[in-house]
Amino acid sequence: MGGVHPEENKLSATKPIEVFPLPQKVYIPLSQSLGAPSKPVVKKGDTVKVGQLIAQGESFISSNIHSSVSGKVSKIDDYPDASGYRRQAVFIDVEGDEWEESIDRSPVLIRECNLSAEEITARIKAAGIVGLGGATFPSHVKLMVPNGKKPEYLIINGVECEPYLTSDHRLMLEKGEEMMVGISILMKGLGVSKALIGVENNKPDAISHLQKLAQSWPGVEVHPLKVQYPQGGEKQLIKALVNREVPSGKLPIEVGCVVNNVGTAFAVYEAIQKNKPLFERVVTVTGKAIPRPANYLVRVGTLVSELLMQSGYDENKSGKVINGGPMMGKALSTIEVPVVKGSSGILVMPEQESRRMKEVNCIRCSRCASACPMGLEPYLLATMSSLSMIESVENERIMDCIECGSCQYTCPSGRQLLDYIRVGKGAVGKMIRARSAK
Amino acid sequence: MNEVILYSLVSLAGIGSVMAVVLYFVAQKFKVIEDPRIDDVEASLPGANCGGCGFAGCRNFAEALVKNESLEGLNCPVGGSATMTVVAEIMGLAADASEPKIAVVRCNGSRSHAPAKVVLDGVSSCAFAHSLFSGESGCPNGCLGLGDCVTSCQFDAIHIDPQTGLPVVNEKCVACGACVKACPRGVIELRNKGKKDRRIFVSCINTEKGAVAKKNCEVACIGCGKCVKACPFEAITLSNNLAYIDFEKCKLCRKCVAECPTGAIHELNFPPRKEAAPAEALTEANG
Amino acid sequence: MNLLTISGSPHVHNDQSVKKIMFGVIISLIPAMLVSFYFFGLPSIILTLTAVISCALFEFLIQKYLLHTEPSVTDGSAMLTGLLLAFNVPSNLPIWMMIVGSLVAIGIGKMSFGGLGKNPFNPALVGRVFLLISFPVDMTSWPLPQNFTTSLTDVVTGPTPLGIVKEGLKKGDAMADLMTQVPDYVNLLLGNMGGSIGEVSALAIIIGGLYMLVKKIISWHIPVAFIGSVLVFAAILNLVNPALYVNPLFHLVTGGLMLGAIYMATDMVTSPMSALSMIIYGVGCGILTVLIRVFGAYPEGVSFAILIMNALTPILNKYIKPKRFGEVVAA
Repeated sequence: MGGVHPEENKLSATKPIEVFPLPQKVYIPLSQSLGAPSKPVVKKGDTVKVGQLIAQGESFISSNIHSSVSGKVSKIDDYPDASGYRRQAVFIDVEGDEWEESIDRSPVLIRECNLSAEEITARIKAAGIVGLGGATFPSHVKLMVPNGKKPEYLIINGVECEPYLTSDHRLMLEKGEEMMVGISILMKGLGVSKALIGVENNKPDAISHLQKLAQSWPGVEVHPLKVQYPQGGEKQLIKALVNREVPSGKLPIEVGCVVNNVGTAFAVYEAIQKNKPLFERVVTVTGKAIPRPANYLVRVGTLVSELLMQSGYDENKSGKVINGGPMMGKALSTIEVPVVKGSSGILVMPEQESRRMKEVNCIRCSRCASACPMGLEPYLLATMSSLSMIESVENERIMDCIECGSCQYTCPSGRQLLDYIRVGKGAVGKMIRARSAK
Repeated sequence: MNEVILYSLVSLAGIGSVMAVVLYFVAQKFKVIEDPRIDDVEASLPGANCGGCGFAGCRNFAEALVKNESLEGLNCPVGGSATMTVVAEIMGLAADASEPKIAVVRCNGSRSHAPAKVVLDGVSSCAFAHSLFSGESGCPNGCLGLGDCVTSCQFDAIHIDPQTGLPVVNEKCVACGACVKACPRGVIELRNKGKKDRRIFVSCINTEKGAVAKKNCEVACIGCGKCVKACPFEAITLSNNLAYIDFEKCKLCRKCVAECPTGAIHELNFPPRKEAAPAEALTEANG
Repeated sequence: MNLLTISGSPHVHNDQSVKKIMFGVIISLIPAMLVSFYFFGLPSIILTLTAVISCALFEFLIQKYLLHTEPSVTDGSAMLTGLLLAFNVPSNLPIWMMIVGSLVAIGIGKMSFGGLGKNPFNPALVGRVFLLISFPVDMTSWPLPQNFTTSLTDVVTGPTPLGIVKEGLKKGDAMADLMTQVPDYVNLLLGNMGGSIGEVSALAIIIGGLYMLVKKIISWHIPVAFIGSVLVFAAILNLVNPALYVNPLFHLVTGGLMLGAIYMATDMVTSPMSALSMIIYGVGCGILTVLIRVFGAYPEGVSFAILIMNALTPILNKYIKPKRFGEVVAA
């Protein structure tokens, strides 16, 4: 149902993962996952090692944060996040590269894992692993299945349906074996016997590589999928792989599925088998305004500007810098923001592509409605939202919108549908909160 | 011929009287007994249905007033104390005199004071822009200038000045508070109108540290506290790097205005000062 | 240094625009245009140009001087309306009537509702129906096709095949006799018959329709439902009494059915939005067309059928919703 097919532009698909040089200074934000910000456990002047816990997740939905470098904590202060709002961050001056002794830095593959499900969940929680697909939902929460629900499938998201981005693609090619171990650990943690890896057909090398590896892992299947945006959306992927629809407002566990990203599976491997918490990730730096697109293995807290300079960023040729892909990414107001656990890529658009087309009247062509993967009517939601018809948009199920942007992408009138829908979602959200407060 | 006229007259009259009787009994049967004061109170209200009182319309407000049997917590911001006195009379109560109020925009981050560092390309909605980013100037508290307040205003009392990009309130404002609710950043506040429309207020709500705030906007309140010391009436408080003037305590002496190093404190509708140049330069900058 | 742009996602757009869609439709009309120019000659060219230019001009003038908005005439929608309007009138219509028709189509049919995208009725059909009711004689004296003529005055007029059949049946002629009076199916398909400028050649219009389908300008729902329901409904009537009701294939290739089903009914602005409602709309158009053609006063019913269904479009949009993802299906 629905969906669009934007130009893929996977400029960095053939670029192997490069280890990004250590920065001079890192800024590690304390809110890097969905849920409450983490509480710092270090203070100004402390010396930290790579992988040392610097902030603890305290509420149910929150995650631990570890230092990505070794050095001295220069201060704990506010620093702008991707949207320009200042949030608490730990500033560390880098000195050397001294890792915690407990981390196994050898490249040897460890296949066996003898931990129990509870131990796995605890280790994942301790390592601060969050969903690396972009939503940064704390991974240990996904492993804690609510009472009365029984997971049947572990679904591994290797779709990477966003144009330009290639970090998951490279990871599947280069770290496929580790990923398989990670998947088997997640299966054990969940107590399921089947794992389905969904990969789109535009990555044939990754598909054949993973299929070969999957032969030695019983229960793991690799499913090639038709190329379609937004297939990487949790609900869309479940529909494509097991043909079940997650009911409106419910989680995937409702239909017996738990979805994790390939990056998350790799992070789980490292956390469990190598005792390495999550403090670095693969980030794609790409875009038509970038001379040298690349996939970097970056320490969390490194500034985006440093990544861009390494790839030959020219501020006079760039009109827009996006944290993430072109369909769902967030435009940055400054490039002096740190890489976080959820940063999958940095996309730089040239000046001429960074502005929207002129908005004209809706011609009621219904392309938005046929593109909507959730079966909504974006033209209606946008119009009602702009007229503040809050109750009506709620009845039209505006909260089901996954903000994939397919409607706006496909609109021939250049209408800013998703902007208006977000206005409406904000207002409906407010209304729902007010209602539940009563 | 005559017969025709006669028959039609008689039959029409017959139908008419039967209907009248039916209508009379139906009206009796379905009569809603309502406090007659509701109608009186409603008649004395401005009838703009602005929602400024917190009710859906004037009728609902009147119902609430009569039901409550007291004026506590209920006020018509549009009609002000004059209307509330009339309402109190109708209900046989004493009205508490509330000073007339007006909406005040507490941000002076105009295009020149807080230059844009990025360009927004999207719908003209403050609510959306607020969720998207910190603002073109980088100030996370300041006015976004996209006019949610203007669309919320039923009285044509607030407009965006094309020069500064900031909203300006005119004399049509009835302090209904719609703009206060519409602003996602809480830039607008209802303050006492003041004698002769004279008002003094801190035209900034930025709570960042002084240096950070100043970097984005040259007329930001930097939380230095000079005004607090200057105020002889203890009307100014400082919290979160931000000064706030309590309009109930302020006696409009203007001492703080001259003291502010960034010109964040505004005075409105005062006669020009006789003193030296710096103060004049300030009032000029404040527009 | 230029400032970075901030906007909400998505940051890319496909290369479609209203202009591209409108000109796509205009391109797809070229085959039909060429056929009609061949059969009806110079008068049809002049009339078509008049309609296109006057529609564009009226839209420009109304936007600029009446509504004081930025003229959007370059998007091609007014030109398309003009083209479709011209296709719906006989080629010997006086020029001034064409201009009045254009004014009604653009002024009343489109701009009075707020311009592009806001009109409930197809503007070209509003113009055509206005002309049909106001000037019934001029609108129904159909020039018979000649191989390309440059003559502006010397035309032979005659009834359309639908008119021949309708009048004949009314007089009590036998169906078999009537069928010999109308052109054979090959000629009907090619367009060698009396009729409006653009409606005569079913084949050329189908080619245009296929082009639009390939270019994804229209979806298949409305044309297929429309044509299919005409076929089925006419076939039922024909089975009931072949002496009274004409062969369903005859309905397909005569009159404005193809033009209506492929171009007029699929007008995005006035047709419903979801697949199911499009099919209902198409079936409604088809049944109404046959009803008007067979039982109504006019020999031709496509325009009225579409206008009636246009009026139902908002209701269809309101009550027929697309299937929501994750909707609980009652077991």
